[in-house]
Amino acid sequence: MLRFDNITKTFGANTAVKAASFVVDKPMMIGIIGRSGAGKSTLLRILNKLTDSTSGEITFDGLSVTDLRGAAKRNWQSQCAMIFQQFNLVPRMDVVSNVLHGTLNRRSTMSTMFNLYPDEDIHSAIDILERLGIAEHAPKRAEALSGGQQQRVAIARALMQDPRIILADEPIASLDPMNAQVVMQSLRDIHEQDNRMVIANLHTLDTARRYCDRVIGMRDGKIVFDGTPEQLTTGAARDIYGADASFSEATTSTQIETTEPGNKLLADIAAH
Amino acid sequence: MAPNTAPRATETRLSDAYLAQIKSKRLMNFIMLVLFLALLASGFYTADSRNAGGFWDGLGNIFDFPAAMFGEAIERAYLMPAHLIRYIPSLIETINIAAASTLIGAMLGLVMSLLVTRGLAPIPWLVGPLRRILDILRAVPEIVIALVLIFMLGGGPVPAMIAIALHTVGAIGKLFSEVNENASLKPVEGLASVGANWTQRMWLGVIPQVAPNYLSYALLRFEINIRASAILGFVGAGGIGYDLRNTMSWGNGKYDEAAAIFILLFLTIVVVDQLSSLLRNRLTHGTPMTEVTS
Repeated sequence: MLRFDNITKTFGANTAVKAASFVVDKPMMIGIIGRSGAGKSTLLRILNKLTDSTSGEITFDGLSVTDLRGAAKRNWQSQCAMIFQQFNLVPRMDVVSNVLHGTLNRRSTMSTMFNLYPDEDIHSAIDILERLGIAEHAPKRAEALSGGQQQRVAIARALMQDPRIILADEPIASLDPMNAQVVMQSLRDIHEQDNRMVIANLHTLDTARRYCDRVIGMRDGKIVFDGTPEQLTTGAARDIYGADASFSEATTSTQIETTEPGNKLLADIAAH
Repeated sequence: MAPNTAPRATETRLSDAYLAQIKSKRLMNFIMLVLFLALLASGFYTADSRNAGGFWDGLGNIFDFPAAMFGEAIERAYLMPAHLIRYIPSLIETINIAAASTLIGAMLGLVMSLLVTRGLAPIPWLVGPLRRILDILRAVPEIVIALVLIFMLGGGPVPAMIAIALHTVGAIGKLFSEVNENASLKPVEGLASVGANWTQRMWLGVIPQVAPNYLSYALLRFEINIRASAILGFVGAGGIGYDLRNTMSWGNGKYDEAAAIFILLFLTIVVVDQLSSLLRNRLTHGTPMTEVTS
């Protein structure tokens, strides 16, 4: 389905990604872990074509993504949604407009300029917001929402694209632990209910273990681990983070003790 | 005691050095000030000696025109309302020239500004050449373009409008591109990730962020353009400038009409200024209506 073949990216003298290769044969939830600067973001940006790779090839269902230019590139981007650490919404526009931005690739420039979105798109945008539990914020400006709510708006925009893949670049790094769980659970639900491929850069091991079917570890631009969460032992994690024996997983943990009342509370938050 | 004396000695040495540095700085500043005043005075005397009439002889005459104008205006104050009403059509023509040229100039300037902002420009190698074009448009005074156009197209408001619009493109293009540079690129990146094209990215990602700044620069330009369009009336572009030239050159006895024109121009600038701050506040803080719905 998705194949990375020797993807390399250099910025001047620095190599951000070194010969990254992996194959994904069915939609699954993949977590990419590694230190800051390990090349995780670059890898996702290359897949979304926000950044061009220096060499190597990515293919998706036989389509060579790396060579796409112009309209074909934008069409690929519309099938490969991206969620950012800082949400990257248009802060001064309302929530529904921000979700509708997911359809821009299908809209002509003229209808964009006059804000002419079809009624059915507006309905499905609000349905998606409902699914993510933030429908009552629909008419507000995006900047008026909290971080966790903004990130769910960004997920709604991604869903509005009706994408084949959803990429998430540190989606929970600027959220508090409670909102982080809501956002990760939303991504997991999207994978399970819609059977979409989700690839998320994560900076905590426990999140990767808890939500992902497969974990890829990167260190200094190279893929140094690729396996199931069960295979990710403390030794493997030390290797990924380049840490010595004093490394303890607890130091990277943001997990909240989830008891039965805690889960109920989370469900409440997700519903509102 | 002994361990304490050593740090104190270094302290005194440090403060001495600092004081010496301050003193030499002050001396330098004083020398620069004297030099500046000397150059100013000598420059002034050079200019004065080359002046045809002589500055000192003419100094007394400077206030003759305002005095005559105010005198006549007060003397025939009962005619003022009629004068004000008589010149309103020409004022509207002048404002129309300014408004049309600001609108056209701002729209073209907006497109130009996005094309010359590094990081947003769709064709990076065009940034330099387009910036030079904006420089040229800004460097040529409106009155020169207007004179050339009036020579080719004949007198009237259209050449004046084109002349001011061209200058406005140059000015607005530069001001807007400076505003664009401060826009956050995050929304632009977000829109790029969904596959939006350049126009869509600019229209939704950049323009909503910077619209209040655009508006305030455009309204400032509108004020400037009202003055420019009044001045262009002097060279035959019609409007209130033409009337002002006539009333002023007819001399004594018509100065109350000149005063009426000055009052109209002054009021127009004040109104545009107030309107500009009102609109700006509304755009930055949102209209009262959206506050209620949210």
